[in-house]
Amino acid sequence: MNLTLKIWRQQDANTKGEMKTYEVSDISPDMSFLEMLDVLNEILSKKGEDPVHFDHDCREGICGMCSMVINGRPHGPKQAITTCQLHMRSFKDGDTILIEPWRATAFPVVKDLVVDRGAFDRIIQAGGYISVNTGGTPDANEIPIPKKVADEAFDSATCIGCGACVAACKNASAMLFVSAKVSQLALLPQGHVERKTRVEKMVAQMDEEGFGACTNTGACSAECPKEISLENIARLNREYVGARLSSENI
Amino acid sequence: MILDSKIPGGALEEKWEKHKFNIKLVNPANKRKYDIIVVGTGLAGASAAASLAELGYNIKAFCFQDSPRRAHSIAAQGGINAAKNYQNDGDSIFRLFYDTIKGGDYRSREANVHRLAEVSVNIIDQCVAQGVPFAREYGGLLDNRSFGGAQVSRTFYARGQTGQQLLLGAYSALSRQIANGKVEMHSRTEMLDLVMVDGKARGIVTRNLITGKIESHSAHAVILATGGYGNVFYLSTNAMGSNATAAWRAHKKGAFFANPCYTQIHPTCIPVSGDHQSKLTLMSESLRNDGRVWVPKEGRKGLTASEAVAIPEEERDYYLETKYPSFGNLVPRDVASRNAKYVCDEGRGVGATGLAVFLDFADAIKRDGKDVISAKYGNLFDMYKQITGDNPYEVPMMIYPAVHYTMGGLWVDYNLMTSIPGLYALGECNFSDHGANRLGASALMQGLADGYFVIPYTIGDYLAQTPYDKIPTDHEAFKAAEENVKSINRKLLSIKGEKTVDEFHKELGHVMWDYCGMSRNAEGLKKAKEEIKKIREEYWQNVKVIGANEELNMSLEKASRVADFLELGELMVDDALHRSESCGGHFREESQTEEGEAKRKDNEFSYVAAWEYKGTDNESELNKEALQFENVKLTQRSYK
Repeated sequence: MNLTLKIWRQQDANTKGEMKTYEVSDISPDMSFLEMLDVLNEILSKKGEDPVHFDHDCREGICGMCSMVINGRPHGPKQAITTCQLHMRSFKDGDTILIEPWRATAFPVVKDLVVDRGAFDRIIQAGGYISVNTGGTPDANEIPIPKKVADEAFDSATCIGCGACVAACKNASAMLFVSAKVSQLALLPQGHVERKTRVEKMVAQMDEEGFGACTNTGACSAECPKEISLENIARLNREYVGARLSSENI
Repeated sequence: MILDSKIPGGALEEKWEKHKFNIKLVNPANKRKYDIIVVGTGLAGASAAASLAELGYNIKAFCFQDSPRRAHSIAAQGGINAAKNYQNDGDSIFRLFYDTIKGGDYRSREANVHRLAEVSVNIIDQCVAQGVPFAREYGGLLDNRSFGGAQVSRTFYARGQTGQQLLLGAYSALSRQIANGKVEMHSRTEMLDLVMVDGKARGIVTRNLITGKIESHSAHAVILATGGYGNVFYLSTNAMGSNATAAWRAHKKGAFFANPCYTQIHPTCIPVSGDHQSKLTLMSESLRNDGRVWVPKEGRKGLTASEAVAIPEEERDYYLETKYPSFGNLVPRDVASRNAKYVCDEGRGVGATGLAVFLDFADAIKRDGKDVISAKYGNLFDMYKQITGDNPYEVPMMIYPAVHYTMGGLWVDYNLMTSIPGLYALGECNFSDHGANRLGASALMQGLADGYFVIPYTIGDYLAQTPYDKIPTDHEAFKAAEENVKSINRKLLSIKGEKTVDEFHKELGHVMWDYCGMSRNAEGLKKAKEEIKKIREEYWQNVKVIGANEELNMSLEKASRVADFLELGELMVDDALHRSESCGGHFREESQTEEGEAKRKDNEFSYVAAWEYKGTDNESELNKEALQFENVKLTQRSYK
């Protein structure tokens, strides 16, 4: 396959970026999208030009590191996969492909397609945990948890923290990410003790980071590589209202 | 040098209890006077950093990824072993200990493995308390599955994403301590040297991957939890960024490297599809429960999966079923891998590259129906289709072995301290618990055991004997280490040669895979050593690294990691050459039984090979730690 790539190039956070055009040829349909970019980077390196920087690590769709908007869609045209799992057979010979970074105020560009997602870490630090120290915990089977509840909590827990939800949202809202963690811990009995403070603190941190408001368009869930459900956002709203009405914590 | 493993005396089951009582403690008010560096935030690193911070120590944690949650522990699929005996099927701490020692082909320490089995039960309690959503039964209690190398069901799991859920649990505990101000987190920061003062580990030098700034960090002790070195082979199931640099540079400062030749090659991975391949994807071992492995009796180069459907039964060779009638397709990982290699070497491999065998579900689907097979393996079938474009419900899968895990690593004593005082190694980074072969679902167990339940005790013993004084980072030892790092990076950037870093890495990978992979012999290993030396020599004259140090520069990051792989690769070959026995994942063709199976030489090789660095141009020195077996009887494995 021969392809035309239009890629966002930006030297660093303080430099203005622009779309640049590259041609690649002899691309095998069996290559992953990132392997296709590897090919481009080898060509650029050979010529002594700076390779296109992009985040990637596990290349198995689980670490959440890869992050690019391909032809206007986070993680590209296919449902329920990350960029690293996208293969070139999803494209046609002669295609022009637009490749951009996540675009959100709370995710500033570091270089080319690499963005800073530290805001997600800080939201988890604000309360996305159960406050137990190592040791001294009860036997794992002491609290039975209905399978249905455990499975639902698991579905929420599968979020990989990639940020596609933010990139997909016209408001750059982080509600799907935050609600997935709030839901997981609100569903499980172990999380009940801190249920109210958790949701309040995480939402407060989300606002502070500069993410936009949620207007329930559902683009986040539609583009989520792990298909995190919109129900999580509904649950977060319930948890939040409940906490605000009755909590005296913050 | 005499290696003191510091294994406590007494009966096996009392060693850890007694040791915990005998080692020194740091009083709670004094813990805040000690600083500890933790490098790596996978299961071992994140759990250690969080647990030590909870105790009151000041922690500085480092990872090269953009967030501690991305460490490659996240990709582990199957599960985590623990001797809970919830299934009432006869499991016990001693049975888990025994299975792990035997699975490791009698090349690990009894005392360490028994401790691992003891604390395994606490890990599950800890993770559940953190909110890890393990699979449950309808009654609400935890579910278990069985795994290779065991006859009991002791594996706890969270669908096919157990590693992810456990890591996110440890990450949440770490995040809580970051918020508490007890952990200072440095992401996108890579350790490039260890700093020693008066023969003790007292800090590290790092590179900020965004700005390129070389910085020093001082502490009273340093913990490395930096994972394995499978990427020496270029292609492996490791993450793209997984590297050996932190461990290797500590090795060059005096930490012994143990059993580097013990690598695990996993039999069921998606085969290489061409030169562009950047990494390999594992397909769960559980597929071999229903899939039948075969190749055509007569070699047919380029045979595709859709053509294979038409090949009549009498022209197929179900080689595992023929050769190992009692275990069939369920032989252990190393045996399955080696036999796939043999049939491909005979020219009977399939697919475009000839380096693949079929894993066929046609009979299973005929027997059980598509729905049953889909319920068991649906997600794996989907993943396979996504990557290869073939539909495994209609045509056979193609699989081939791939490098997956490294049992070798930095030598540590019972306290997990390396041969450098004050330097510890945890998880896959150390060599301690898996011997020559790791059993499935044991990597997660070991990472978390080390981080949650071993290091919080053992590090106190060392710190209690260490003065509170901090060493300022303008100390000459820090300055010298910084200069060393800067000069390596300067050198790499100044060569401006013709070949890219990846080209060299691929060359190294080919040599390692061909001569130090699934099957090894003296002649090949000697050849590999020469080849690696040549590649390394050329590397330092002809590598092309783009850009500058003072920026985000992934080309430079990779160049510095590959420089270390080029040295580590040679040590792996040295170790494989000296160990002229077969054991676990290390198969020496010269040492096999009449039936062609791995043959140990217990009289000669029942020891840990701990290598001491003597300079890049000099041969490393071998130190031996004898292995004593008092509680298990050494037997030869048979799967016929």
